[in-house]
Amino acid sequence: MKVLVCISNVPDTTTKVRFIDDNRKLDTTGIQWVINPWDELSLTRALELKDVASNGIEKVTVAHVGSVAAEPVIRKALAIGADDAIRVNAEASDAYFVASQLAEVIKQNPYDIIMCGIESSDHNGSTVGGMLAELLGIPSVSAVSSLSIENGTFVLTREIDGGKENVQVPAPFVAVVQKGIAKEPRIAAMRGIMMARTKPIAVVEPAAIEAYTEVMGYEMPKPRAACKFVDAENAGQLIALLQNEAKVL
Amino acid sequence: MSVLVFVENWDGKFKKATFEMVSYASIVAEMSNSNVVALSIGNVENAELEKLGKFGATKVVSVTNDKLNFLDNQAYTSVIAQVAEKENAEVVILSNNNTGKALAPRLSVRLKAGIGSGVNHLPLSITPFVVQKRAYSGNAFANLLIKTPVKILTLAQNSFEIKENGSSTLIENFNADLGEGVVKTVVKDVQKQTGKILLTDADVVVSGGRGMKSPDNWAPLVEFAELLGAATACSRPVSDEGWRPHEEHTGQTGKIIAPNLYFAIGISGATQHLAGVSSSKYIVAVNTDKDAPIFSAAQYGIVGDASKVLPKLVEAVKEMKAK
Repeated sequence: MKVLVCISNVPDTTTKVRFIDDNRKLDTTGIQWVINPWDELSLTRALELKDVASNGIEKVTVAHVGSVAAEPVIRKALAIGADDAIRVNAEASDAYFVASQLAEVIKQNPYDIIMCGIESSDHNGSTVGGMLAELLGIPSVSAVSSLSIENGTFVLTREIDGGKENVQVPAPFVAVVQKGIAKEPRIAAMRGIMMARTKPIAVVEPAAIEAYTEVMGYEMPKPRAACKFVDAENAGQLIALLQNEAKVL
Repeated sequence: MSVLVFVENWDGKFKKATFEMVSYASIVAEMSNSNVVALSIGNVENAELEKLGKFGATKVVSVTNDKLNFLDNQAYTSVIAQVAEKENAEVVILSNNNTGKALAPRLSVRLKAGIGSGVNHLPLSITPFVVQKRAYSGNAFANLLIKTPVKILTLAQNSFEIKENGSSTLIENFNADLGEGVVKTVVKDVQKQTGKILLTDADVVVSGGRGMKSPDNWAPLVEFAELLGAATACSRPVSDEGWRPHEEHTGQTGKIIAPNLYFAIGISGATQHLAGVSSSKYIVAVNTDKDAPIFSAAQYGIVGDASKVLPKLVEAVKEMKAK
């Protein structure tokens, strides 16, 4: 059985974003790139499943659509424990473009479990996983907070509005994963970092796909009004302010 | 031409978020000279379906089929796509909740339609079709051009006011074509959260952070929330420590919420936390550190210890309610 984890590289989550070119492009100066947090958790869970021999997972591959600039992040995924990697050599123009490139890769070389993070912390689209499943014509389960293999059956927990459901789907399928899938992201050990240097990254040229959407520009949120302080001794006054001034109570 | 809005039901009932979505759809329809058609999947009584008319749905297509008792993304996508094609939908609107996030991308491929996800404003323009959406986890907004003939939007909750503007609506039952073997998701069991206000539905949220110091100190926070009819939430360290359940974690990797009023009690306000709550209309912060970043995001603040401030807040709410 083979597992594919789709990874995206995103600015470190503490980055103060700035834009250039008339607010059309992210200013990448000084940005630290990391594996998208949900993708990192997906990878961790995939490796945990592989660690249990009876699950029968022979390989965990990571796939990324992006330029050579993302290779350090891909190497990090290999250092954490992925066996190999595929990079589609193209600028990720939109979610449909990315999903279509991944679908082409998977059609060439099928996987049993495909894992995608529920969103990327840069575009916040929540779209690639579902699109990929539809392009491949296979089931998808979204908002997955647990994934296990029980006697060869895939058991997933998904979050619904106001609860959880335990579901089963046949492979191949796409699991769109969220928090809870793994406790903490796995950290690369020195041995993993050494081994990652020789693990293969296959570079694939992109298929001709036209994006569905295009970002015309970015805007920053309007700054909030300055904070109005209420003295701690008279904390109760806050309630009156919320009721009469803000009118939210 | 039409604007199709997929309305989910919870045990046969709609929520405030449903009516927000239909209200939103009716303005989009006005902007594009078309009508709103609502699609309901599952058993919902006509009296409930008729409510959608008040918010501007001129027609409600109701699909009932035992195969659709549980969410199967492929089967639901197929039904929505059939209705979108039948109604000649130019815009399809879903909620940006877990169901909407599961279905919108599949539908995008099926209808060859670009998605604007998590939109919280009306389209900036219809021709060309441009929407504003969240980007960089709340640190920016992107103006997104959707280039395809059909457009899909997922609407962020609590981002649009309910507006009653319609009247009666036509209810039409539709027999969706669902072949054998379409449904592949088998639901083994369901654990529903009962008797509590859902974090994602709540107008007011009271959230505790590490400044609460111990899981044993939560009683006044819970009491405060109950008095306000608010949902309870927490920061990531609190859920990581197991002080509170993971479902309560709000922030970048937890739940992203946009209530009218958010109380951050003993939360310093790291970027990752703010990413989950920055769309709240009002933020109130209580923290011992006057330089904590949460105060830059808040409109009201108290510099003080949660254990001393909370009882005072509880008392003040009791007084307010007694009036």
